[in-house]
Amino acid sequence: MSKLVLTRRGLLRTGAVAGAGLALPTVFTSRASAFTNEPKGGAVTLGFTVPLTGPYADEGNDELKAFQLAVKHLNGEGDGGMLSTFSSKALNGAGLLGKKVAFVSGDTQTKPDAARAAAKSMIEKDGAIMISGCSSSAVAIALQALCQEAGLINMVGLSHSNDTTGKDKKRNGFRHFFNAYMSAAALAPVLKDMYGADRSAYHLTADYSWGWTQQASMQAATEAIGWKTVANVLTPLASTDFSSYIAPVLNSGADVLILNHYGANMVNSLTQAVQFGLKDKMVNGKQFQIVVPLISELMAKGAGPNIRDIPGSSNWNWKLEDAGTKAFVQSYGKEYGAPPSQAAQTCYAQVMLYADAVARAKSFNPCAVVEALEGYKFDGLGNGPTEYRAEDHQCFKDCLVVKGKEKPDNEFDTLEIVQVTPTEKVTYAPDNKMFAGGDLGQCNPGA
Amino acid sequence: MLGLGKKDLRFLLIVLLLTLAAPILLNPFAEGSAMAQFNAGYPDLMQRIAIFAIFAVGFNILFGLTGYLSFGHAAFIGIGSYAMVWMLKLLTMNILPGLILATLMGGAFALLIGYVSLRRSGIYFSILTLAFAQMSFNMAYSVLTPITGGENGLGPALGDPRILDAAAANGTIPEVNLFGLSMRATYELDLAGRVFQFNAGYYVCGLLSVLMFYLALRLFRSPFGMMLRAIKCNQHRLNYTGLHSRPYMLSAFVISGMYAGLAGGLMAAMDPLAGADRMQWQASGEVVLMVILGGVGTMLGPVLGAGFIKYCENIFSKINDHVLHDWFSIFPKWLENLLVTVVHPFVGQGWHLTLGVLFMLVVIFLPGGLIEGGQRIGRLIRRKPDAKGKAPATTPAE
Repeated sequence: MSKLVLTRRGLLRTGAVAGAGLALPTVFTSRASAFTNEPKGGAVTLGFTVPLTGPYADEGNDELKAFQLAVKHLNGEGDGGMLSTFSSKALNGAGLLGKKVAFVSGDTQTKPDAARAAAKSMIEKDGAIMISGCSSSAVAIALQALCQEAGLINMVGLSHSNDTTGKDKKRNGFRHFFNAYMSAAALAPVLKDMYGADRSAYHLTADYSWGWTQQASMQAATEAIGWKTVANVLTPLASTDFSSYIAPVLNSGADVLILNHYGANMVNSLTQAVQFGLKDKMVNGKQFQIVVPLISELMAKGAGPNIRDIPGSSNWNWKLEDAGTKAFVQSYGKEYGAPPSQAAQTCYAQVMLYADAVARAKSFNPCAVVEALEGYKFDGLGNGPTEYRAEDHQCFKDCLVVKGKEKPDNEFDTLEIVQVTPTEKVTYAPDNKMFAGGDLGQCNPGA
Repeated sequence: MLGLGKKDLRFLLIVLLLTLAAPILLNPFAEGSAMAQFNAGYPDLMQRIAIFAIFAVGFNILFGLTGYLSFGHAAFIGIGSYAMVWMLKLLTMNILPGLILATLMGGAFALLIGYVSLRRSGIYFSILTLAFAQMSFNMAYSVLTPITGGENGLGPALGDPRILDAAAANGTIPEVNLFGLSMRATYELDLAGRVFQFNAGYYVCGLLSVLMFYLALRLFRSPFGMMLRAIKCNQHRLNYTGLHSRPYMLSAFVISGMYAGLAGGLMAAMDPLAGADRMQWQASGEVVLMVILGGVGTMLGPVLGAGFIKYCENIFSKINDHVLHDWFSIFPKWLENLLVTVVHPFVGQGWHLTLGVLFMLVVIFLPGGLIEGGQRIGRLIRRKPDAKGKAPATTPAE
């Protein structure tokens, strides 16, 4: 046992050392910032979290390509892409507020846990001022919450769940992509024309936020046109073999299979459904049909001939005829030798919108950016006239109904546009019950 | 002092000093320099290293001392995390109740799983623990979604009751804190281009990991620790002496489960979103790697292993082709492209490959783990004439 002996001299000495120790930090300059990661040097860093592994890896790779292209265009390299067609002229291709745009990227593994770890290291280590990317709504919601806590802007990438701008919306988060409600609203009338009003649907649903809301939206919209819902079976996102889920469909009495799957999930489940001969079956005296409510070019490519004639919806397609789309497709094609997917387009548009908001607000402060984006109306980014609604930070724009092309002309010609559903048809009130329960909260600039 | 010998006390003090100075020691390169890529002194990574050090030290009490290889310890991490988040949701954003509950829940589940699994030894024990962990993971991922959030993960929300906290005034979720000290609070020190981040969350994790390290040290040196070593030596012989060894095993299992529960709780406290992935078998395998890589049965080995693996995971995985092209841009274009192609599989998503190669090298050439490497270097420097050919002075406990 040690014994504590106090002496006057010892006490004085300890006191002096402790005092000097406490005073020490004031000798150095502590970093004071008005908001999280205020850019101090000649560069500003954007953080891109994309899935490079996991079921949505194809989308993630395409997103990263689009991000790189967007950063190039912001810095005045390349042909400028959609900068020339964008309705706002605040961006001039000379970086952002005089700073060169740099970026860091990280792999989300299509998992919320890993995504938050990647984003946290971007924020704390690389000084990222904005986080964008992601391909799964679970990841999007997790990142949006993180950015709200840390005081950053989150420009959500590919996220289709109603919850992203509904139950889990955040003041610091913005979504350009459309959502499950809009898909269902656009798709239902087309489905009625194609398959009639007397149908029984069987849902296979990815077991997370996106799958749940998409299933609920599709069920509500199809029941409104007279369809019946036979069953809804939840499948884990990580699964790759769906045969045990598809076999029961045959004997369920359903004559439509709705696959609420995305990415590699959907490629696998659709391929297996076709292998089981679902498409050639007659049930209730009607031809059996498969519907994939959310289709992308990358999934269509992965599914090959199985996607033919299968209806679904898209946010954007490279075959659209407007000037923005043409400029983007040309610029992307020159860089990578293939047309961009809808994931690439939404991510590119998000970076442009963020940069434009910074340029208009003349500040990197997240709260100024939020103010510049809320209620902002723009055009020329490939989707026609679009508005960022202030109440829930969701973009409202036209929505595409597509289907797998019967006779593709080339390997990129996988989908054909059935109809462009105008904005009014897919607009809903901010207090719609599918989006209820959330609160944007206050804008958080961090420290 | 503290019930430790002089040598152990010095050892503990060194560990404490290293922990306190980590934000400076792990940031050796100036910000903005080419080497800044390799800095590890940012809060998220330091927290992770400290948390996994707790996990690995606890795992080492079971694996290092008794030799029983559990392949299901990640289950306790997950249980700890969920317990923590539920406390954040229901009770208060103060992490203390959550940490206590996480530790207790880890222990309770360890008691349950250990009671069944410890009836067998060797490979059967490993498989049983693995089965339990996978069962927990699958349940958390599917049927228990209302409790665990499933794929979405579980995090605090605005509408949670939080009965001990005052109602949040301005529509934001209050910050995770320890008696008002936000886990996010960071003091940034700018010293001639070098930025050091002193983060409250890291110091909570770091000091807790030193405390847990101290407890493990006491346990290693105690008669109870000796009994566990005896089990590893020869359990049959121990049983023939008339000693019932299973209660000792079960205690060790529960203690390591509590360590894992605490680690899980801390993980959720630092980043309040708990996903089921942290219970998967890969996570259980990772801690085995950490302990073997660092040195089984040694005190410092698991800590080194945890730091090493987390460093690789976070630093190598962030090197993308863009960065590689930057590095090799001084070479002619064809050589640059060739070098990038060669290095590419080992960085970015391929960091597992780097880790695998390093793990193989360590297991083949340094069977005692990184600790043995350190000892060899130490002997080389000291060049003790009597050390030649003899066993090292401090051998790992097998």
